[in-house]
Amino acid sequence: MKTHPTLPIAALASLALLGSLPACRGSGKPKASTSAGEREQNAIASYVAPGEKDEYYLFYSGGHSGQIYVAGLPSMRHISTIPVFTPYPATGYGFDEESKRMLGSFTWGDVHHPALSQTDSMYDGRWLFCNDNANNRVARIDLRDFKTKQILGPIPNTSGSHASSFVTENTEYLFLSTRFSTPLPRGRVADPNDYEKEFSGMITGVKVAPGTGEMSVGFQILMPPLNFDLASTGKGPSSGWVFFTSYNTEMAGTLLEVNASQKDRDYGAIVNWKAAAQAVADGKATLMEGAPVLDPVKVPGILYYVGIGKSPHGMDTDPSGRWIVAGGKLQPSTTVFDFAKIEKAVAAKDFEGEFRGVPVLKYESVVEGEVPVGLGPLHTQFDGKGNAYTSLFIDSNITKWKLPPWSDEERKDLTKVVLDKCPVHFSVGHLVVAGSDTKNPYGKWLVAMNKLSKGRHVVVGPSQPESSQLIDISGEKMRMVAEAYTEPEPHFAQILAVKDAKPIEVYPKAESKDPNAVWDMAETGVAREGNAVTAKVISVRSRFVPERIDARVGDELTVHVTNIEQTGDMIHGFGLNDHNVNIVIDPGETRTFKVKLTKAGVFPFYCTNFCSALHQEMQGYLVVKPAEGSPVAQAD
Amino acid sequence: MNPAEPIHPEGPAPAASPARGDGRVGRALRAEQRFLRRPLNLASRVLLLAAAVAIAVSFCFPLWRLHLVAPQYEEGLDLFIYSYRIQGGGIGGAHLAEINNLNHYIGMKPIEQADFMEMRWMPFVFGLILLLILRAAVFGEMGNLVDLFALYSYFGVFSIGAFYYRLYTYGHTLDPKAPMTIEPFTPLLIGTKQIANFTQHSYPQGGAWLLCLSVALIVAAGWCSRKEAVA
Repeated sequence: MKTHPTLPIAALASLALLGSLPACRGSGKPKASTSAGEREQNAIASYVAPGEKDEYYLFYSGGHSGQIYVAGLPSMRHISTIPVFTPYPATGYGFDEESKRMLGSFTWGDVHHPALSQTDSMYDGRWLFCNDNANNRVARIDLRDFKTKQILGPIPNTSGSHASSFVTENTEYLFLSTRFSTPLPRGRVADPNDYEKEFSGMITGVKVAPGTGEMSVGFQILMPPLNFDLASTGKGPSSGWVFFTSYNTEMAGTLLEVNASQKDRDYGAIVNWKAAAQAVADGKATLMEGAPVLDPVKVPGILYYVGIGKSPHGMDTDPSGRWIVAGGKLQPSTTVFDFAKIEKAVAAKDFEGEFRGVPVLKYESVVEGEVPVGLGPLHTQFDGKGNAYTSLFIDSNITKWKLPPWSDEERKDLTKVVLDKCPVHFSVGHLVVAGSDTKNPYGKWLVAMNKLSKGRHVVVGPSQPESSQLIDISGEKMRMVAEAYTEPEPHFAQILAVKDAKPIEVYPKAESKDPNAVWDMAETGVAREGNAVTAKVISVRSRFVPERIDARVGDELTVHVTNIEQTGDMIHGFGLNDHNVNIVIDPGETRTFKVKLTKAGVFPFYCTNFCSALHQEMQGYLVVKPAEGSPVAQAD
Repeated sequence: MNPAEPIHPEGPAPAASPARGDGRVGRALRAEQRFLRRPLNLASRVLLLAAAVAIAVSFCFPLWRLHLVAPQYEEGLDLFIYSYRIQGGGIGGAHLAEINNLNHYIGMKPIEQADFMEMRWMPFVFGLILLLILRAAVFGEMGNLVDLFALYSYFGVFSIGAFYYRLYTYGHTLDPKAPMTIEPFTPLLIGTKQIANFTQHSYPQGGAWLLCLSVALIVAAGWCSRKEAVA
């Protein structure tokens, strides 16, 4: 790694990190630095007594597990897993027809940044969106039943939808952009050595239908082959805009670790999404892979660049919508932009040049200040009281600092706006403050999602979880009160007050719309039409009706199971021996699976989700006779 | 008859009295006849109208509530009994199906509204009583109230008896092949009782209290006019 002249310490620290962590932290036996009284106080702060409930939901991204994890705050207890991009037999996800159709041929995804839907820049508790960086998809989870309802993608012209999902203030759009650039249209082969010339990136605005949440590709903006990283949407004065960071201004196609770390500044992309949507409506887009693509050179006014400190990660809009904070992970400061100045610079065409035909705003005209927060600033969150919290990957701490407006004295020496530091263990990536991306954050809690947990838990072998730490930010000083572990790997999270969601516990019978649902035992049964055998089955404590399904080898068996329970947590499973089938049906739900019968025999099926005292007795048989006409069948 | 007419405190029987005989029995009969023909004053009629309203409104509320609590059902399962239907608690009345589902483990017959013949005629009887109250309010004689009171009391006692019999039957006709064998039992009509892992709370509800109120209003109507002079 090249040592930047002004940043010898950063480079040294980076090297320390890459080698091994400082001995005092990585010894495996972390010493409690808190007094007994503080320990008691901290324990009580996060304690949720048996029978009591948490105040907040914490929706963790599950990284390359492909899932979303739901924990409670302040207890930090894992409550449930919402399968999104990866099959999950615990809830039958990926085994029934509906979820199989959503997953397509993929069996994993890489969830990075969950985003709650918003109305008027406040969480409305309707949906949670999350991206799949691996296969260029985005998913919508309905918070009425905490289930994945739609997976959009693979999204055209996109490889690595990293800067996603960031929703606009009324959930009109959510954004994603390419971390990886490729030759376009996809499928075209070009030499990575010709990266700068042949490769392209893309920013996508995914349109969200207001009532249903149904997602579709709204517009795309053709971008240079920068590596887009993170984003945030504007609100209030910056309403209608979205801000992206990128690295690799060098446009290197090889050894990015070195070759993408040469310049002192990278580009932030400032997109006027309302103008872009209008440009598509005005017919200024061309179709590529079926998506309307805008060329920002030919459609001026939709895109501006601004220089940002080296290799930035987060680009976060504060609750007021005026301050936009970018973290340059290879420089010891965050850069604060003033949207009022950006607006002025755009109007006055106050540019310092062009990058690939698109204006670059004059840095000095739009910057408010560079706050010396420490080494490796990645991502910033806000408490709504004028404070910002930045995660420092290299320093391994959270730094609290004061947002502008600053006094002249502070402006002269911005170390004065740095208020507090809280060590975290270790190498924090993202952090989340409750409600930070709304106009009125809940504040109170901050969760640091650390990339390394080494030495913080009992040894569980070389494969290790990540550590997440709960920090009380209600006082002047940050106070770490609890620690938990999560499966790999939380990148970002959202915190939603329990009072702001209205989930159901059972699917009401009155809303049962599945044409194959059966609620009356008299309507259950098995029907044959040619080779297609269809069973309509009821599951209810503690039996399946019918409990016998007859078919023959060669049949296509379709089974619709309706769980007619209307009581919370009376969940039934349907596991079929030897056929790789396990669906799980929640109370009031109907689920369908299909299986091609290839072998004769009598195959037990049983309830996989413990339901009642006679759960063990809840079983039946699939009787598969040899195919008609086969010698065995005739002997039969 | 105008109830606003001045009242004659002593109210001597008119000469046209049909009563015969002069003995003690005769006097008692005459007194009774006088009593039955006593007019109902304005206050009594207003009370009767109130009783009619109470019955009408009682249809909106359950008569009885069976509330079942178990460790797995901390919030409880509810059955609300109206004169004309059974309503389970929970979303969409789901508790009824839940109770039936639990009862199948002990072999109890499912509780189904179609089996409750009385729910077809009970509302009709309440309507009849309501009409009789209005009749009493219009005709305004003590005799009407006596008819009404007798019929109403009979109906009330009969209904509670029928309800008890229902409970008895459900608890005593258990399928011998049921997964769980328990001693036949009668669910409690009123009060609190432990049945296996469930605590049953059984208490009258708004509808029953309104009906009680209507009875009280009828009695009060009689009381208010007990000294009215016979015209």
